[in-house]
Amino acid sequence: MNYAWNWGVLVQSPYLEWLGQGIAMTLAVSIAAWIIALGLGTLIGIVHSGASGMVRFATGSYINLFRNVPLLLQMFLWFFVVPELLPKAAGTWLKRDLPHPEVVTAIVALGLFTASRVAVQVAAGIASVPRGQSMAARASGFSTVQAYRLVLLPQAFRIVVPPLTSEFLTIFKNSSIALTIGVYELTAQTQKIQSFTYQGFEAFTAATVVYMTIALMVTTLMAIIERKTSIPGPTARG
Amino acid sequence: MRISAAGNPFPCNPRDSVNDMVEMIRIEGLSKSYGDVPVLRDCSLEVARGEVVVICGPSGSGKSTFVKCINGIELVQAGRIAIDGEDLPSKPAAAARIRARVGMVFQHFELYPHLTVLENICLAQIHVLKRSRDEAQEKARGLLRRVGLADKEAAYPSQLSGGQQQRIAIVRALAMDPVAMLFDEPTSALDPEMIGEVLAVMLELAREGMTMVVVTHEMGFAKAAADRVVFMDQGEIVEVAETARFFAEPASERARLFLSRILAH
Amino acid sequence: MSGFDVSVILGALPFLAKGLGLSLGLTAIAMIGGLALGLVIAIVRLSRFRVLATLAALYVNGFRAVPLILVIFWFYFLVPLLLGRPVGALYSVLIAFVMFEGAYYSEIIRAGLKSVRPGQWQAAQASGMSYLQAIRLVVLPQALRKMAPLMVTQGVVLFQDTSLVYVVSLHDFMTSASIVANTQNRIVELYVFAALVYFALCTAGSTLAQRLSSDRQRAH
Repeated sequence: MNYAWNWGVLVQSPYLEWLGQGIAMTLAVSIAAWIIALGLGTLIGIVHSGASGMVRFATGSYINLFRNVPLLLQMFLWFFVVPELLPKAAGTWLKRDLPHPEVVTAIVALGLFTASRVAVQVAAGIASVPRGQSMAARASGFSTVQAYRLVLLPQAFRIVVPPLTSEFLTIFKNSSIALTIGVYELTAQTQKIQSFTYQGFEAFTAATVVYMTIALMVTTLMAIIERKTSIPGPTARG
Repeated sequence: MRISAAGNPFPCNPRDSVNDMVEMIRIEGLSKSYGDVPVLRDCSLEVARGEVVVICGPSGSGKSTFVKCINGIELVQAGRIAIDGEDLPSKPAAAARIRARVGMVFQHFELYPHLTVLENICLAQIHVLKRSRDEAQEKARGLLRRVGLADKEAAYPSQLSGGQQQRIAIVRALAMDPVAMLFDEPTSALDPEMIGEVLAVMLELAREGMTMVVVTHEMGFAKAAADRVVFMDQGEIVEVAETARFFAEPASERARLFLSRILAH
Repeated sequence: MSGFDVSVILGALPFLAKGLGLSLGLTAIAMIGGLALGLVIAIVRLSRFRVLATLAALYVNGFRAVPLILVIFWFYFLVPLLLGRPVGALYSVLIAFVMFEGAYYSEIIRAGLKSVRPGQWQAAQASGMSYLQAIRLVVLPQALRKMAPLMVTQGVVLFQDTSLVYVVSLHDFMTSASIVANTQNRIVELYVFAALVYFALCTAGSTLAQRLSSDRQRAH
């Protein structure tokens, strides 16, 4: 392999700053999108598991629509297509006056996309609580809301923590797709370093290490939450 | 305990006194632990050719682990096992050849759910013993006839009762022409009305002269078929005795207590 | 905006179809290669060879921690350098996808193998089968039935992920749509059409996965 390694690039100005800005942007986009995804996804998941008829059709449609179109295309749709379809004034505002439109769009697109995945996990978690629990809750006189709040959701939460951990990890990775609409997150910054210095592998290595560190930290944190909230007994260990 | 071989549907020689002298299984100083928890402590046992040994003891006494160590599907930390004069290698891969010569019957049958009864019985014959398909099927059908399940060869395990599944599991092991058979609580996952049909097959095997090591709570089977009884408790072999003596006057206090509890039911 | 112009899409259909062909071909090769690699990795991870199993775990966790776009960049620049000559984006991307999918498929396969009751391993072992025989004859056939829906679901995700080759300008369906959108200045039409095509194909895949999964539940 014929490549002149120069790790010094990573600590030179402005490349070090670029990396730092990239990390900050990746964290900001991911965490903001996660707040949307967790809130909206949990809501849709709960409604979907309890509803029937039109409401269930609506939640199901949301889930299917957002899961069956590539995230990259969803970003393009929000960024290029939606402003064209809105009334002229709103479209112009989105294009001209919204500060950092690419960042806001990326957060919204990533948040709505991930919400559909969170909804699926929450609905599956509720469904996996044994039927007897719902009957027992009703038998002891709880209302539907009480049954969910006091009996079903606390159990579903514990079931849902591991898959949600993996969704949380995925959102950091998926935030890289925001580079296609011009968000300078971590991957975009490393690509920029590659094209300025031709020392791409150093930059890619740095990004890889950062992503792995994020993954390790999230996994560790979630393992602690899982352990703290697990129900004692042989079945809780899974 | 000797039972006349008259009327035995298995055309084999009954045990004779010469065979009693020949050693089939030798276990020396077997020890095993899961982490810090010892499950087997210095267990030794010899089983003669044609002998039937029943292992009993309270739950958690290590008897199930012990029988699984005999053919090496549970690894041991210390000790030596020899089958038919051949040492069981500590490397699992090398042990496969010897394992093929020892039949094993499990508590939960462990028939392969994706295969028919006939395919279940033929699989290891074809892939381990390298028998031809015809040869394997002929062997399988002969054995199925003997246990009265010839009409079930095309069925899948899930379509059969527990008792039928366990009889087929026994046939699957016998099809390998084993020199000895190990049973790990073969009737404890069965509904009570099905226990009899499985014990009947095992009793016939014992009369035929098969070397058998049987972990079971069925004391009736032990009285009828076992030459010796091994009593285990807390990972140790506490007592080994001739069947009649074990039931009449167990030597250890722990065995006495165990018997009084189990026979009281 | 000035009406939805379908004629632009019709005119560009041959070009778009070629792009879709690349997307589907990339999906197929990455799926087959990823499954084969994933099977090997899963078997190694479950084997007794501690060192190899640890290496396989590092491989899987490494690839799963990193975005696919970054993996595509890595291989886009790395493959020509390793081979000492330019090979074109397509080959670099193919290798990237196979190695990336291998990590994900290995997790599906490993979970499938582990879901088979330990007694089945023991029964296979007890009859004298080797580790590989036990996997091939007893464990894998049972695991495959459980894994089939997840494999199809992963295939749908993979098909969507092929759109990311946009970043190295390979003309897949997504990139082709984007090229037409920009050259004809018909952004709304092209992106909406692309979304409809992706939605239809992915829904078909998701439906297949659901059917496989409910078939399996009915069979038990």
